[in-house]
Amino acid sequence: MQFKITVNGKATNVDVPEDMPLLWVLRDVLHLNGTKYGCGIGQCGACMVHVNGRPARSCLTSISSAANAKVVTIEGLSIDGSHPLQVAWKDVDVPQCGYCQAGQIMSAAALLATNVNPTDKDIDNALDGNLCRCGTYLRIRHAVHAAAKIKRESTKKTAPKTTSSGSKKRQ
Amino acid sequence: MEINRRSFLQATALTGGGILLSLYPETQAKAQFGPPAKLSPSAFVKIHPDGKVTLMARSPEVGQGAKTMMPMLIAEELDVDWKSVKVEQSDFDPKYGFQFAGGSFGTPGSWEPLRRVGATMRYLLVIAAAQEWVVPTTECFTASGRVFHRPTNKSLGYGELAAKTSALPLPDPKAVPFKDPKDYKIIGRSTAGVDVTQITTGKPIFGIDVTLPNMLYAAYHKCPVFGGKVVSANLEEIKKMYGVRHAFVVEVPDIMGNILPSDPGLESGIAIVADNWWAAQSARKKLNVVWNEGRWANQNSEDFAKRALEMSTQTPARTVKVDGDIDTALQGASKTVEGKYVYPFISHATLEPQNCTAHFKDGKIEIWSTSQVPGSGRSMVAKQLGIPESAVTLYMLRAGGGFGRRLTNDYMVEAAYIAKQVGVPVKLIWSREDDMAHDYYRPGGFQFLKAGLDASGKVVAWRNHYVTYGDGNRYADAADMRPNEFPQRFIANFGLYSSVLPLGIRTGYLRAPGSNAFAFVIQSFIDELAHAAGKDPLAFRLEMLANPAFPSPPGANNPFAGNLDVKRVQGVLELVAEKAGWGKRVLPKGTGMGIAFHFSHSGYFAEVAEVSVSAQKGVKVHKVWVAGDIGSHIINPIAAENMVQGSVVDGLSELMSQEITLKSGRVVQTNYHQHKMARMSQSPARIEVHFLTSENAPTGLGEPALPPILPAIANAIFAATGERIREIPFSKSGYTLE
Repeated sequence: MQFKITVNGKATNVDVPEDMPLLWVLRDVLHLNGTKYGCGIGQCGACMVHVNGRPARSCLTSISSAANAKVVTIEGLSIDGSHPLQVAWKDVDVPQCGYCQAGQIMSAAALLATNVNPTDKDIDNALDGNLCRCGTYLRIRHAVHAAAKIKRESTKKTAPKTTSSGSKKRQ
Repeated sequence: MEINRRSFLQATALTGGGILLSLYPETQAKAQFGPPAKLSPSAFVKIHPDGKVTLMARSPEVGQGAKTMMPMLIAEELDVDWKSVKVEQSDFDPKYGFQFAGGSFGTPGSWEPLRRVGATMRYLLVIAAAQEWVVPTTECFTASGRVFHRPTNKSLGYGELAAKTSALPLPDPKAVPFKDPKDYKIIGRSTAGVDVTQITTGKPIFGIDVTLPNMLYAAYHKCPVFGGKVVSANLEEIKKMYGVRHAFVVEVPDIMGNILPSDPGLESGIAIVADNWWAAQSARKKLNVVWNEGRWANQNSEDFAKRALEMSTQTPARTVKVDGDIDTALQGASKTVEGKYVYPFISHATLEPQNCTAHFKDGKIEIWSTSQVPGSGRSMVAKQLGIPESAVTLYMLRAGGGFGRRLTNDYMVEAAYIAKQVGVPVKLIWSREDDMAHDYYRPGGFQFLKAGLDASGKVVAWRNHYVTYGDGNRYADAADMRPNEFPQRFIANFGLYSSVLPLGIRTGYLRAPGSNAFAFVIQSFIDELAHAAGKDPLAFRLEMLANPAFPSPPGANNPFAGNLDVKRVQGVLELVAEKAGWGKRVLPKGTGMGIAFHFSHSGYFAEVAEVSVSAQKGVKVHKVWVAGDIGSHIINPIAAENMVQGSVVDGLSELMSQEITLKSGRVVQTNYHQHKMARMSQSPARIEVHFLTSENAPTGLGEPALPPILPAIANAIFAATGERIREIPFSKSGYTLE
C-alpha cells in the first residue's frame, strides 16, 4: 500500500504493507538507520521517535497509524548536532556503546519540549522506558539537566522580556 | 606485553610527503588470541604535511572506549595536541597485531607498545629537525606537534618534518625514551569518546546500520532446542510471501559430546532472505517446521537443581585444590557455618542484537562485523566456505555492546553462508528472541560451602563443593574455577572440589567471567562468617588478609599470574571504607550497608552499597562507593568513571532479576520483559568512584569493577533485614528493585 509520511521535514511516499512497523520503514526503506532496533516489543526504547511531536516507539507504530504524520528521528533533531541535548551529551560524555542513546535523546527531547526545568523524578518518568545496557543512567540524567540549562539560557537570551515565573534553580 | 626483540618499527613515506609508522609484532601476547600474526606492515600513525595526525584504532569498539583510549596512548608520546588528532577505525588485518576486545586486555596489551609507537615517531622527528638545523638532538625538544631548538627558539612542525623523517633509519625501539609521566598532557586527562557526535546525531556507525547497494535482509530460524535439526518445512509457501526472495534449509553435521563445543559455527536452520528485514521476519512467523530436536530436548532447569543437590552429598568428581586437613579442622572448629549458593544461567543481552553483513563474489567474501574476536571469525568463515583466509576481508564496525557475546562468531558464519548462497550483499539480523534463545550463556552453578571458625573467630577451615556443567574432566566454557581463587592461601585447611553435569546449551564468557558469580558466593559467605564470628565485616576481611596461612607465590605482582596482591586489596578496602564512612554512620531502620571486594582481570575493587528494604521487599540502592586499583594511571578518567558506574548498574541487574531457565530443552525467557535490566529510576542515585594509584602498569577496566557489587548489595540487604539470600536472582526470593 502507498503511505505518505513526512520524516524530518521531508514528505515521502512509501509502498509497504500496512502493518509494517515505522521502525523498519525508517531503517530498511528510507535508510535512516539512526533509529535502532533493540527488542521489537516496546521494552527498550531504542526505537524512540517523535510522531506529531509526541514520543513514540517506532517498533510498535505501524506505518498505517503513522500515515500523513510528521515524524522526527534522531537524524532530524537538529541540522548540525546543535540541539542542547546533543551538546550536553558530548560535554558529559554520556555514551559507552552508544546504541541506546538515540532513543534516550528522543525521549529526553520530548520531555524538554514541555518542561525546561525537569526534576530528577521528571527525568526518570520520561526516560524509564529507555534501557541502557551499559548503565549510563547517571550520565544521562546529568546531561538532561545540563541540556535543560542550555535551553533555559538560550530562551532567556532570545526572549529577554519573558518573566521567569517559577523558574526555581536546581542542581 | 612489550615490543620484544623480534618486534620492530619501520617508517615509510606516504604519498604527499607524510609518514607512516608501522609496528611489526611477531609474537602475540597470549595464546588465547590464536597463532602468531603473520608479519606485514601496519599503519598506526599518519602525519600529514599540514601537521594533522591520523591515528589508527586497532581493536573492536564495543563500548569499552578502546577507540579513544588506545590513540590517546600514541598521541601522548608523539607529543601532539589531541585536537589535531583524527582517529580512524582499522580494518581487521594481522599487521595490526592483536585486534581483540575481551578479558580487560586492551589496556595492559596496549600501554607499552602503543606508547612506544608514539615515542619512536617523536624520536625520529627530533632527529630530522636536528639534522635540518645541524644541531645536537640534545638541544631539541617537542611540544604540541612541533620540534623546538632550545638555544635559538627555532621550531618546525611535524608536518614539515614528515618527509625527511621517513628517510631515517629506525632506532632500536628499546632505546627510545618515554616521557616522564609528570609531563603527560593526554594520559590522565578526561577525553570525550571520539564517536560521541556520530552517536548523538544518528550516524550509521553500528554493525546493524551497514547498508550496501542491492542488499537483501536475512533472518535465520534455528531449532529452539540446541543441536536440533530441520526435517522439513513449508518453504514453497514462504517463498511466495511479501518481499521474500530466498528461503532454504541449512544442514550441518551432528554435534557430539556431553557439552556443546565453543563457537561451533554454523547450526542447522532455515534462512529467509527478503527485501527488508521485517518481510523476512514476518515470513518466518508463518514457517511450519518439523524438527528433529535431538538429544537435548528433555533438559530442564529444575532437574539440574535436583541433580546438583544429589551430587552435593556424594564424593566430588574432582579435587581442584587442597591445603591442610579440612575434615580434622572442621571437627575441631568451635563453630561451623554452611551455605548453599546458587546462581543461574544469564544472557549477555547486548542491546544491538547479533548481526552481520556479508557479500560473497568470485570466491571472495567481504564481511562487516561487530565481532570482539574478528580473527577467529575470519578463520571460521574461511573454513565454512572452503576458501583461504586471504579471501576474507573483514571490516570492524562499532558494536552496540559486547560483554563477551561477540567473542563467538556464530552470526558471522551464518551471514557468510547465506551470502554465498544468494550472491548479493546480505544483512543478517537476529531478532531479540533469537538472541535470548541462542546465546552463549554465563554458566549457572551451585556451591556447597562449609567453614569452621576457632574460638577467636578465625577461619580455620573452608570447604567448597562446586557443582557446575561439563563433560568428564572438561568444564563447560567459562565454568572453571581457578585453584588460587580467594580465599585460598588465607585459610590453613582449604578444599575446592568440583562435579559437573552434562549440558546441552552453549555457555560462554560474560563480563568478568567466573568472577561475576564467584564474588557473590565467596564474599557473601565471608560475610556470613564475619557475623558468625561476631566481627565487623570490614575488620573480619582485613584480619583475614593480614594473616595469610601460606606465603605469596612467586609472580604475585605479575598482572597475568592471577595471584592476589594483599596490599592492593587492603588499599582499596581501606579507601572505600573511609569514603563510605563505614561503621561511622547511624542508619535508619530497614537500611543497611554492605561491603565486598574482588580481584579479577588484574584489577582490585572494593565496594560499599547503602540499601533500604521495604516491608514488601522492595530494594532501593541509594548509594554505592567504589574504590579501585588498576595501576599507575587512569588513562581516560571520564570514561573510567562511566565504566565503573555502568558495572555497578549491570551487577545490580544480574543480582536482582536476570535468569535464563530451560524447559524441555528450550530457553524459557524470550525478551527483556523476562530478563530484566535495571531502569533509570531503579539505579543507584549516586555512585562514587575512587581510584587508588599504585606502582603497577595500568590494567583494564571493562570487567573488574562488576563482581564486588553483587555481594556488596547482598550483604547490605542482610544488614538491613537479617535475611541472607543465597540464590541469584533475588527476585526468586520475592525481592524487587525500586
